[in-house]
Amino acid sequence: MRPPNGATAVARVTAGVTMSHVPAIGAASDLGKAGDGYWQPLFAGFEFSRRWIAQRKPDVIFLVYNDHATAFDLNLIPTFAIGCGDEYEIADEGWGPRPVPKVVGAPDLAWYIRQAVIQEDFDLTAVSNVAVDHGLTVPLTLMFDRPDAWPVLVVPFAVNVIVYPPPSARRCFELGKAIRRAIDSFEADLDVQVWGTGGMSHQLQGPRAGFINQEFDARFLDALVEDPEHLCQLSLLDYMRQAGSEGVELVMWLIMRGALNDQVTELHRHYHVPASNTAVGHLILENR
Amino acid sequence: MALDKPYGDIPGTTVFDADMARLGFHANQFCMSLMKSENRQRFLADERAYLDEWPMAEEQKRAFLDRDYNRLLELGVNVYYFGKLFFTDGISFEKGAASMTGMTQEAYRAMMISGGRRPEDDVRLASADRPRSPRHRLGQGADAPAERRDRRG
Repeated sequence: MRPPNGATAVARVTAGVTMSHVPAIGAASDLGKAGDGYWQPLFAGFEFSRRWIAQRKPDVIFLVYNDHATAFDLNLIPTFAIGCGDEYEIADEGWGPRPVPKVVGAPDLAWYIRQAVIQEDFDLTAVSNVAVDHGLTVPLTLMFDRPDAWPVLVVPFAVNVIVYPPPSARRCFELGKAIRRAIDSFEADLDVQVWGTGGMSHQLQGPRAGFINQEFDARFLDALVEDPEHLCQLSLLDYMRQAGSEGVELVMWLIMRGALNDQVTELHRHYHVPASNTAVGHLILENR
Repeated sequence: MALDKPYGDIPGTTVFDADMARLGFHANQFCMSLMKSENRQRFLADERAYLDEWPMAEEQKRAFLDRDYNRLLELGVNVYYFGKLFFTDGISFEKGAASMTGMTQEAYRAMMISGGRRPEDDVRLASADRPRSPRHRLGQGADAPAERRDRRG
């Protein structure tokens, strides 16, 4: 949707993408094991996605993820943190930084969104000098493989899902709508995609580790496309019970969905169990 | 008014909430220190001495020394934090997760490849759940972190 001649262009949200961000996926790519028997079925589900994004390449990705006790620890726990920096270093998570390109930010857009959504009562924390971990880099790998430089600018958006409580599904969905309104009013000729990452069902801790709920995941994928309102009615307890204690990350997908139109077209779906301890889900949705 | 905690009955699960974060603050920050190579080397060279530099309870130090991950969960250490210990020890997250379930890594991996732990398994886990340790035990008497004793006078 371009404005008529003479009018100022504004940014456009063109599509939403969701995917899991399991660290072992990054390691498999970095070590050249993506074609191995264990990993091939997972990566095969992203072949369509890589072709699609090459044709529909956005200028900016608003990338919703969570930090895993990497940049944020118990000393600082922002519920919502928006990356406003020029660029982001790749975190050393204990085995050296992933050998992937640095992430280049979109600070003009990020600062603008920060101001706009705080004015709508969503109190974001602005961060600039912050290292990004697998939560952010694995989704880029899944969609862009192993380029010399990432072909997009990124606004990192970190959500606390580790120290209870994370923000509710409802809160995330409404926040996504506010982010959409902000992007729609940003005066620049930019195509923006919103990505929601994490999930799907998984549990990493305690005797219940290894928990996977394929029936729940399938219902979640359907509802995210057709009836996200239903997913907003689920409590954090519902998510932990049905998707595992770490599956509560799925609330981040609601931010992505809130930023899209009510009606969307599902272009692509992929689901695979397992990646290490986790059920991997992936959707590409375009605004209708 | 007490906090509403509706999640206590999820079997085999410790929710990392306000009480856990308070209880495990220093133990978790110890884990964060293992993000640095020089600290990993110092820890592995003399685990006890390195742990003694942190104001945490003896029970927490003992659980780290024993690599008793389920006990660490009870004592307020979050899995993403003691995951730094997996990397320090050179074991995978898969192996670490397997050890919390009482399964071998091979059996755990086979379970995951066949679709993971099924939701129906919650019934068995609920009957196997051991009662949680009373949280007030930590922080009293000789086990108390110095910082906490001081603050409470």
